[in-house]
Amino acid sequence: MKLDTTGMESAAPVWGSHNELVDGFSAAPSFELPNTTDFDGFQKEAIQMVKPAKGTTTLAFIFKEGVMVAADSRASMGGYISSQSVKKIIEINPYMLGTMAGGAADCQFWHRNLGTKCRLHELANKRRISVTGASKLLANILYSYRGMGLSVGTMIAGWDETGPGLYYVDNEGGRLKGMRFSVGSGSPYAYGVLDNGYRYDMSVEEAAELARRAIYHATFRDGASGGVASVYYVGPNGWKKLSGDDVGELHYRYYPVMPSTVEQEMVEVTGA
Amino acid sequence: MARYDRAITVFSPDGHLFQVEYALEAVRKGNAAVGVRGTDIVVLGVEKKSAVKLQDSRSVRKIVSLDDHIALACAGLKADARVLINRARIECQSHRLTVEDPVTVEYITRYIAGLQQKYTQSGGVRPFGLSTLIVGFDPYTSVPSLYQTDPSGTFSAWKANATGRNSNSMREFLEKNYKETSGHETIKLAIRALLEVSFCFSYVITAIVT
Repeated sequence: MKLDTTGMESAAPVWGSHNELVDGFSAAPSFELPNTTDFDGFQKEAIQMVKPAKGTTTLAFIFKEGVMVAADSRASMGGYISSQSVKKIIEINPYMLGTMAGGAADCQFWHRNLGTKCRLHELANKRRISVTGASKLLANILYSYRGMGLSVGTMIAGWDETGPGLYYVDNEGGRLKGMRFSVGSGSPYAYGVLDNGYRYDMSVEEAAELARRAIYHATFRDGASGGVASVYYVGPNGWKKLSGDDVGELHYRYYPVMPSTVEQEMVEVTGA
Repeated sequence: MARYDRAITVFSPDGHLFQVEYALEAVRKGNAAVGVRGTDIVVLGVEKKSAVKLQDSRSVRKIVSLDDHIALACAGLKADARVLINRARIECQSHRLTVEDPVTVEYITRYIAGLQQKYTQSGGVRPFGLSTLIVGFDPYTSVPSLYQTDPSGTFSAWKANATGRNSNSMREFLEKNYKETSGHETIKLAIRALLEVSFCFSYVITAIVT
């Protein structure tokens, strides 16, 4: 399968001399292979290095009114929290969102690349690309880079002619259509809350609250998730950011501190 | 190794591409084909000479389908048509695979026209000697479309058009008698246009896409 090389052309031409006829042509773009004796082993190591680090919680679900997308905002490098304010919900275009899990750079770059391709499709075909089509474009790109160490676990959520759409796409090139997804190290906790509270016919506010709670509970138990719980809603007119609440504040909102009545008072000891 | 970089289609001093114009001549010698668009229907008709008695007429397909919802008729070199149609059919399926959606009529017309244009600007090849009429309905809509491409690689949408032998008389007839019709009226209009130019011993084949 042809590798997608938009944005990755090498600057210098491969042939040495500056031939006037071919200046302006660039050679077929290619990656430089790393200088190791065992390339396959190197690839495996590269993948293992990135694999466990999908330290995040993102979720998305389809309901009657549209799609709800939510994510935390913590970035961790092993045990070090490198940032508490990462934007994990990427705006591909005004009616499509992507979530970030895995390598931040990989997700950001390929989502931007996908946005470019979606826009080109619109210009060429005078109609918006469907969520199905956009997710397929991304999945095919990721498949062509299979085994090269990309780490992307993303959900593409949007609203097109056929209604709300939600797809899960990952770096293996897998692509799944579904109604509810959660991706990341905090996803088991988020699934617990999400699956328990989910109903198809919720209102936008109820769905937003469910999403917020699910992210909060995941950040409570998972060390690699935290920061701010962002909630986005995708409706027929495009996406809209509904809220971004610090999970610490959410904790005290859900479990406010009750002043407990003191049973035994400490008595001042006087004398001696 | 022989390098196929010497162009055959080159400009003349007064700005013509003679190979393309000769290709249009080949089209003018081909069988008549007509396409008429109605409000809910689009009709293709081709003239068929019945003079060849021993030929198994079922093996000569003049109107072909590119996909479930798109049909094509052409005038000109039928061998070139086969090649173009095969490429178009593959592109229809490739589009279904990559975006999980059937092609729109405009998309596949643009693809065919692009292919025809490529062969006017490449080394060692001659242009395709055919004009096509492409009809169909865009997916998820009930809007009919009729497009025409020609050997130069241009394409446009039409309410009614004709190509091939005597296409000028057919087009004149259509211009005089065209009005927005639907259903059987559109079919009648297409057949009447063909009857203008083909003699009574020929018969017509129509494809109706609804």
